[in-house]
Formats: sequence, structure tokens, C-alpha cells
Amino acid sequence: MVDLSVEIGSLKLKNPVLTASGTYGYGREYEDFVNIDDLGGIVVKGTTLKPREGNDYPRMAETPMGMLNAVGLQNVGVDRFISEIYPKIRKYNTSILVNVSGSTIDDYVETASKINDLDDIPGIELNISCPNVKEGGMAFGVSCASAEAVTTAVRKVYSKHLMVKLSPNVTDIAEIARSVESGGADSLSLINTLLGMAIDAKTRRPVLSTITGGLSGPAVKPVALRMVWQVARAVKVPVVGMGGISNATDAIEFMLAGATAIQIGTANFVDPQVTVKVIEGVKNYLEENNIASIRELIGALRCD
Amino acid sequence: MKYIHDFRIVSNQRQNYEYIVLTLRAEGFELPEMLPGQFAEVRVPNESSVYLRRPLSIHDVDYERQEIKLLIQEVGKGTKGLGSLPEGSLLNLIYPLGKPYTLPESNEVLLIGGGCGVAPLLFLGRYLKNHGIQPRYLIGARNAEGLVRLEAYRELGEVNVTTEDGSVGTKGYVIHHPVMRTETPDFRHIYTCGPDPMMKVIAKYADRHGLSCQVSLENLMACGIGACLCCVTKTKDGNKCVCTEGPVFDSKYLQW
Repeated sequence: MVDLSVEIGSLKLKNPVLTASGTYGYGREYEDFVNIDDLGGIVVKGTTLKPREGNDYPRMAETPMGMLNAVGLQNVGVDRFISEIYPKIRKYNTSILVNVSGSTIDDYVETASKINDLDDIPGIELNISCPNVKEGGMAFGVSCASAEAVTTAVRKVYSKHLMVKLSPNVTDIAEIARSVESGGADSLSLINTLLGMAIDAKTRRPVLSTITGGLSGPAVKPVALRMVWQVARAVKVPVVGMGGISNATDAIEFMLAGATAIQIGTANFVDPQVTVKVIEGVKNYLEENNIASIRELIGALRCD
Repeated sequence: MKYIHDFRIVSNQRQNYEYIVLTLRAEGFELPEMLPGQFAEVRVPNESSVYLRRPLSIHDVDYERQEIKLLIQEVGKGTKGLGSLPEGSLLNLIYPLGKPYTLPESNEVLLIGGGCGVAPLLFLGRYLKNHGIQPRYLIGARNAEGLVRLEAYRELGEVNVTTEDGSVGTKGYVIHHPVMRTETPDFRHIYTCGPDPMMKVIAKYADRHGLSCQVSLENLMACGIGACLCCVTKTKDGNKCVCTEGPVFDSKYLQW
């Protein structure tokens, strides 16, 4: 019997497979296809202080082996999350993290402190990397000073596990990672989507209403893998890797690069059962290679 | 309840230069109940650069034979990939998705399809007929060749036709057909699916004449199950996912 459990700081996960925010709704959308309790955890939709309508349609464009999205953090706001959604999902026997986004530091702080009171939410993922909203979001994640400032401010009011999601749209992601670590993050997750663009040559117009959007899917995997490797070497806190993971081999590659756990995002759209297939595949990999614990794979990349 | 199943392709019939009909058989499982207007998210096999599924409305259902049909217009790599699939191969579907067309309050209906938008109206016509309502069709296409499977629609009811080039039926768009030119239409309910500009004109027409109108939207989507929030349309209650709140909407609810 192999051991799939991992620990991201105070978070004890039954396996290293989480779902990426914005690709899994609140988990309930997938209940017809998987037993949510089988997952290591779910990171629910980006939540802001006030409800957001998001960007205008069109919000997506398919690209080779991936997609661009410009949803713009459409969500019901933290108060309705707490009153309407939380009661329905708190029963899940898996770790539920709430992705928290904001336009100002005060937004982040207020939203995080409200979620701090929820018994069955063991952590938040601070989103300082959404490329699809004009104010805030990614703006915080692209400079060391602002990334550290928002992390420090939230750390003061949030006592449970604080994961910070990094933007790949920076010159040196390791530098940002160190700043966020100094700000008091318990773990780092990466990568959020890469800023991209699609043009319709027929109409000579951008495909997305916002002109630019975030690229995800297998197309971004090599970039994500490289950044996870760089960040894992740069910080002491655990790293959660994501970016185009579609199968167990992808997941193992991210763990070898230094990730303690992984998130699956866009692949959920293609196969709503991909999460449980990855868990099963990772288990098989360990058995076939006589590895007792998944933890032996973390950062076990051989570069010699 | 939504399902994910592998279907066997029992036939792939080319209709014209851009339309094909795939007939899919359930093997090793029972077809769940499906309603007209619902759709499937279809995985495109063997196309290495196509990642996302393709949302396709359910064209027809035959519970006795345990078969469903998809009418597919080949527009890009994904749909062309589906069009080239050999009989006997497997196709993975997430289905049945979305909210269906609902039964009308009275029996006078007109089903208006434009281009590939005719796809869900065959299943709808069959469903209406099973509920004692006589379907009547108005179908528009660019030209004669663009009108596909007319015989299947004619089996269910009267079929009126328009073509943009006038090669068959009334010349022009569906709105130019005599059944819609009268000030006193002899139908009370419109069901429509097709290009947005066509449906918007029809929705206005319905408003003007005090008719009810159900439209089926074809927005770009990724997941099909309300998770990605990409396929939204503006409604009286703000942005709503076409995949879960639609694809069928009462036209009065939309602000498009």
C-alpha cells in the first residue's frame, strides 16, 4: 500500500491532487462525475469582497492545446459565498481552499478575515495574479514590493494556511516568490495563466472582449514546469505546481521539479474525471517503481 | 444527472459539403432521458492540437434502437475531425447538458431554424408530436445545398423553406417568408435556433405580436457544466452561463 498523503505546512492532504481555482466552480458542478471526497483538495472560484459580473462575452478563445480566458472573476462575493455556498460544500471530506482576490489591499484583508471565521475552510489561496481585471489582481503580483505588502497585510488577519498564487507574467518569478515568503506566506502556488491574445483575421478584431486574456492548458506546461523548478529552489515554503497538467505523468513531473502538491485546471473541462484518473495513475507509478511514499518524489529531479 | 459515456459510431453520413450526421449507439449502458434543446460536449479524438470538447445539440434520439444523432457543421479543426471519424470507432460524450425547450401553453407552434440551428429542432418536433402538438417548420439556409435532412423534418410536419439565393423556397431570410409576413400570425409559440442576428429579429417579431419565443444560444464554451463561466450571456439577472441556465432561454429574459 503506497502512501499518497502530503503536507503543505499545516494542510494535511490525503493525496497531492487539488483542483485549480476557476476551473472547478465550487466542486458541486462535478458531483455527477467524481466523488469530491476522493480529491486531495479543491480550490474554489476566485472570491472578492463584492459580487462581480465579470467581463463581457466573448470570454474564451481556443488555442493550440490550450485556451485563453478572460472571465474577469465573476463571482457572488464573499458574503453570499459564506451564506449560500459554504453551507453546501463544508460537508466535503476534503480540504477546501478559497481563492481570494481583490482590487485593493483592504479588499483582500476584509475578504480574508471573513473567511478566517469559517471552521471548514483550512486555508485560502491569495490570488495576486489574475490577468483579467483592470484594477488589482495581477498588479499586486508583478512587483516584489506590492506582492509582499498584500501578503503581509493578509497575514495579519488570516491565521490559517495562507497560500499565495503567483503570476508567470514577470521577469523573475523567484524574486517575487521570495518577497511573498518574507510577507508570511505558508505556501506558494504557480502558475496562474500567461497573458496572451487571439486575433480573428477574418474580422480583423480581437477574439476576446478584453483583447488580452490568460493562456492555460497543455500549451503552457513547459513554462510552468520551469517556473516551479525555479521557485522551489528559491524558497523554503512548500510549492504547489500547476499549468497544463492533464495526466499522472504531468503531475509527477511537477513533483520532481519541486512541487509538494499539484493543481489540475483546464484539463477538468476536457475530462471531468481527470482528477481521480491522475490520483490513480500516480498510485500506479509509485507501485510500479516500488516507492513507498509520494513524498519521496518531491524535488527528486536528477540533474547530474 | 449528467453522464460521461463512450458511444459507438454506427454511421457517419455526409449530407453536403459541410454537414455530416453521426449516429451513435449506446453500448453497455442505457440511454438516460434527454430533452430537446439539450446538448452534449463531444471529445474530438485523434486531433492532436484540439484540446477542448465541442458542444453539439442533440439532433435526434431513438430510445428503441438506443441511438442518438448529431448534426455537425464542419467549421474548424475540431468539427472536421469529428466529420472524418470512421464508423465503428468510439466517441466520448458528456451529456445531456443544459436546460431544454419547454412545452408550449397552446398548440400553435412554429419551429424556426437557420443554418446548423436546425439541429435541435428535429428532436424538438418529435417531442412535440409525442405530446400531441403538431410541429410546423420554417427553415432557412444560404442555398438549396445548405438545406439538409428535409425529409426527416417533413415526416414530422409541414416544412417551409427560405434560401438567401432563392434557389429553393422563398428568397431571403426566414423573416421574409409569407408565414411571418402576415400581421396576424397563425402561431402562438416560436422555437428557434440559429445565428444570433436571425434570432434577435425573430425575438422582436415575437414581442411585436405578443408571441412567446424560446431561443437556443450557441455561445463559445469550454466546460459545458457551469464551471468555467466562459459562455455567459447578458440577462435580466446579469451574466448567466449558456451551458447551465440555457442554452434555451425565453427571449424576454435576454438582454443581448
